[in-house]
Amino acid sequence: MSARMSVIVGLVALVALALVPADLTGLGLPYPGLKRYGTYILTLWLVTAIAAMGVNLIVGYAGQETLAQAAFVGIGAYLTAIAGKHGVPFGLSFVLSGLATFVIGIALGFPALRVQKHYLAFVTLAFSVLCWLVFRNETAVTGGVMGLRDIERPFVFSFQLRRALHFYWFVLVIAALMTVVLWWIVRSPWGRAFTALRENPLRAESLGVDVRLYTLLAFALGSAYGGMAGSLYAPLVEFIDPSPFALGPSLLFMLMVVVGGSGAFLGPFVGAGVAVLLPEWLRAWETWYLLIYGVLVMIMMALAPGGLVGLVEFLVRRRKAQP
Amino acid sequence: MTDLLQLVIAGLATGGIYALAAIGFTLLWQTSQTINFAQGEFVMVPAFFSLAAMKLGLPFLPALLVAVLVSMLLLGVAFRYVVVGPLLHRGVLPLVISTIALSIILKETVKDFYSAEAQVFPTLLPDRVVTLLPGVAVSLAQIGVLAVSLVTIGGLQWFLGGTRTGRQMQATAQNPGVARILGVPVERMILYTFVINAGLAAMASILISPIYLAKFSNGETLGLVAFVAAIVGGFNQVRGAIAGGLLIGVLDNLAASYVSTAYRQAIPLILLVLVILFRPQGLLGRREERAV
Amino acid sequence: MIRRIFAGAGLAAVAFAALPAAAQDVVVPAILELSGPGAVSGTMFKNGAAMAVDEINAAGGILGKKIKLEFVDTASDPGKARAAVQRALDDKPIAILGPVYSGSVSATLKLTAEAEVPQIIGGEAAPLTAQGSKYIFRTSFGQNVSMPKIANYIRDGAKAKTVAVVFVNNDFGKGGRDAIMKELAARDIKVVADVSTEAGQADFAADVIKVKGANADVVFVYLNEEESARFLREAKKQGLNKPLIGETTLLGQKVIELAGDSANGVKGHVGLTIDAPIPAIQAFGKKYEAKFGGKPDHNGVKGYIAPYMIKAAAEKAGKLDAKAIAAALHGMTITPDKVPGILIEATWDDTGEIDRISFLGEVRDGKQIITETLPKLKK
Repeated sequence: MSARMSVIVGLVALVALALVPADLTGLGLPYPGLKRYGTYILTLWLVTAIAAMGVNLIVGYAGQETLAQAAFVGIGAYLTAIAGKHGVPFGLSFVLSGLATFVIGIALGFPALRVQKHYLAFVTLAFSVLCWLVFRNETAVTGGVMGLRDIERPFVFSFQLRRALHFYWFVLVIAALMTVVLWWIVRSPWGRAFTALRENPLRAESLGVDVRLYTLLAFALGSAYGGMAGSLYAPLVEFIDPSPFALGPSLLFMLMVVVGGSGAFLGPFVGAGVAVLLPEWLRAWETWYLLIYGVLVMIMMALAPGGLVGLVEFLVRRRKAQP
Repeated sequence: MTDLLQLVIAGLATGGIYALAAIGFTLLWQTSQTINFAQGEFVMVPAFFSLAAMKLGLPFLPALLVAVLVSMLLLGVAFRYVVVGPLLHRGVLPLVISTIALSIILKETVKDFYSAEAQVFPTLLPDRVVTLLPGVAVSLAQIGVLAVSLVTIGGLQWFLGGTRTGRQMQATAQNPGVARILGVPVERMILYTFVINAGLAAMASILISPIYLAKFSNGETLGLVAFVAAIVGGFNQVRGAIAGGLLIGVLDNLAASYVSTAYRQAIPLILLVLVILFRPQGLLGRREERAV
Repeated sequence: MIRRIFAGAGLAAVAFAALPAAAQDVVVPAILELSGPGAVSGTMFKNGAAMAVDEINAAGGILGKKIKLEFVDTASDPGKARAAVQRALDDKPIAILGPVYSGSVSATLKLTAEAEVPQIIGGEAAPLTAQGSKYIFRTSFGQNVSMPKIANYIRDGAKAKTVAVVFVNNDFGKGGRDAIMKELAARDIKVVADVSTEAGQADFAADVIKVKGANADVVFVYLNEEESARFLREAKKQGLNKPLIGETTLLGQKVIELAGDSANGVKGHVGLTIDAPIPAIQAFGKKYEAKFGGKPDHNGVKGYIAPYMIKAAAEKAGKLDAKAIAAALHGMTITPDKVPGILIEATWDDTGEIDRISFLGEVRDGKQIITETLPKLKK
């Protein structure tokens, strides 16, 4: 898709997304919008997609592995919740969460990237469990197992975003901005270096691409996206405890990105959509949803490793090829 | 002092089981570049094969045999051909994702189709308490577990080093390409590794389920320990996995006693990170050359 | 065992079935842990509630309307619980049942308080009734009620001066540990060991060694079912011969089954038990076992009395209205002669805390024996 097409599609998508949960009957249109729950799910989808974008950058573009994204989301969430309790305005917490997780990403990635690729996965795995232990044990700071409750929604110019719809629009704007930033990065020379890295690290290195530096930056930036997603997650749920930030959810982030389409720009949105919405659709088979999800992922890996986006692209190409 | 001894012996007993899980994991990685994120579940599931067999009327010992055989078939042969085979050529990431998905599938299947609750699992070895020294009480079961683990490992080492097939497997592990040229039936060797892994996991399952109680969620901690033990011990040597398993078993107990029970899980993980950063070949492993 | 799972799944399928609710049916959402670590507790609660609703409907429903329970799985995750409660509240129900896990309750009680819908929970953590919600109601003692009773027993019954505390590091265990520490301190009893353990932990060798080393007069054990069983086995193996004291779970059927004879000699406070010497509870236990193929635990009892609470309150208020039901429950005493489904006489105060008789028990020869009945806190 050309750049101009992408911009147009993006703007249309943005407007559509803004309108989906809104009650349009006041404007004379027969569309009642979504109730609080539906809006909440949409907002959750956006927040998950932001974190998934981060994973996609690390896994899909830079070709690395991370099993720590949920921990970074947790760091952002706890930072924002604790800062909020001390009166720090949301905007500042959001930026701080991003910066903190970026720095931690650098600190974590720097030594770990000196070794074989799979070892990064294990280092991030260890980091994930360690973070969860800290969240769980340091009760004085994090509220421990009981968590932190009554997290306030942010204020925008002294208007508090209490209503689900208002907070949704707020998150939508932030998500849109973060998507644009990522899109710009991916299309920049920096981003193209990643593709080179992913395809053939040795050749890229011999051509003068500083493999380690780029990979490190990708890892740190991807983790920062996780931290910022966490920063939005805390006021969304208005309550955080350590459970969403354990090892299991980190694994699910990886699955999500691969199911959506690893390395595809829209992959994280699709993957996050599946992860958030699948439990809703499979409501009748509530307890079996994870099992079904696992089976679907395995089948997909064998038949369509490019994920859902890859599958769609394949079908589109095939139709175009037919006379 | 007796406390320390008690902790160490208890740690060695569980460590023996961790070693069994870690060895199979190492073998798989070595021969076929398979990182099996479902290894913990491989150690959880065979116990349920036994329980199911006993429900169908089989007495305990035959049920154990059935469990080991079924494990080798399903978690060895079927795993190799149905899951790993089609994915090997797609690169490592799809395989990793698949094994993560497999771990979820195994866990949920046991939970949904057998039970979400913990099950009592009969013990092969008597539970009598033996006092080695004043203040150091060990159960016969624990000594038995350690003995069985060591015998199994010893048998495996003999097999790998002393028989032709074993040496062929080692060759495959070190360099499949060259092995193939030398006439080693590489595909068959890889299959053997999978079957052996399943067998070891089944043994670990039978030994650990009486202590842990059989539960669908057992795989989570066991899997993590297997990875840590394998890497810390040394990824390219079977003896590394053994050492790693025993070390982690003892370290876990010592950490709980002397550091903090709330952070006991952290100690092995911190060790893992340190080993990866400063001695990536593991404590007993050999340095690996980087493949160009 | 498998039968029970299928029975449970079948019940869930029926509850979900595409049968449209008759226009007369009143929907009560039940937001429970049906998967994840809380699956066992949540499923027990669900079964108990389903059984109660069947009985209520067979007897004519509440104020002439039939009740339909709508079960939603939180997967033991507070975030999902919150989303599920939010969704349920959108339909303006007369009441909400669940969750059982205190963490999930914590995440959701502000929502029900704002929507002014009574939330009947299974959670026992002390802080839940202290957060100022006028719409939260317990179905079993909070730890703020059970722990003083245990502390009294430790002081008067066991006559102990020092205690070793072993707890599971989740919201249930930590809440209990904090509560008992406070009560023991208030009675001048020293805590000489404070051992935290993990949910799902299997190896208790180090923890038992620590407890042995502390040489306390008694050991207070506050773990979940399986971990309790593993701890008891390890304690017996290592020859820990101090009195082991616990609360409901430790003396429960499941632990006795899993721990075998290492459970013998365990003593403790039992808030709610199907082994209580009360005919109504015994009958409930038999009914449950006949229907679901396994014995219930205290979560089953909690689930069972919840719909009856709604019935009694609605009848007192005279209407099926959320706010009125909540108002009626405050200060209400429900007696089994009027409402047999309540099983034991219970009173709710303004914070939603429940007051009932409870029991002291002991495990002898693989059975839970009630040794004493303790009266309600306020007569």
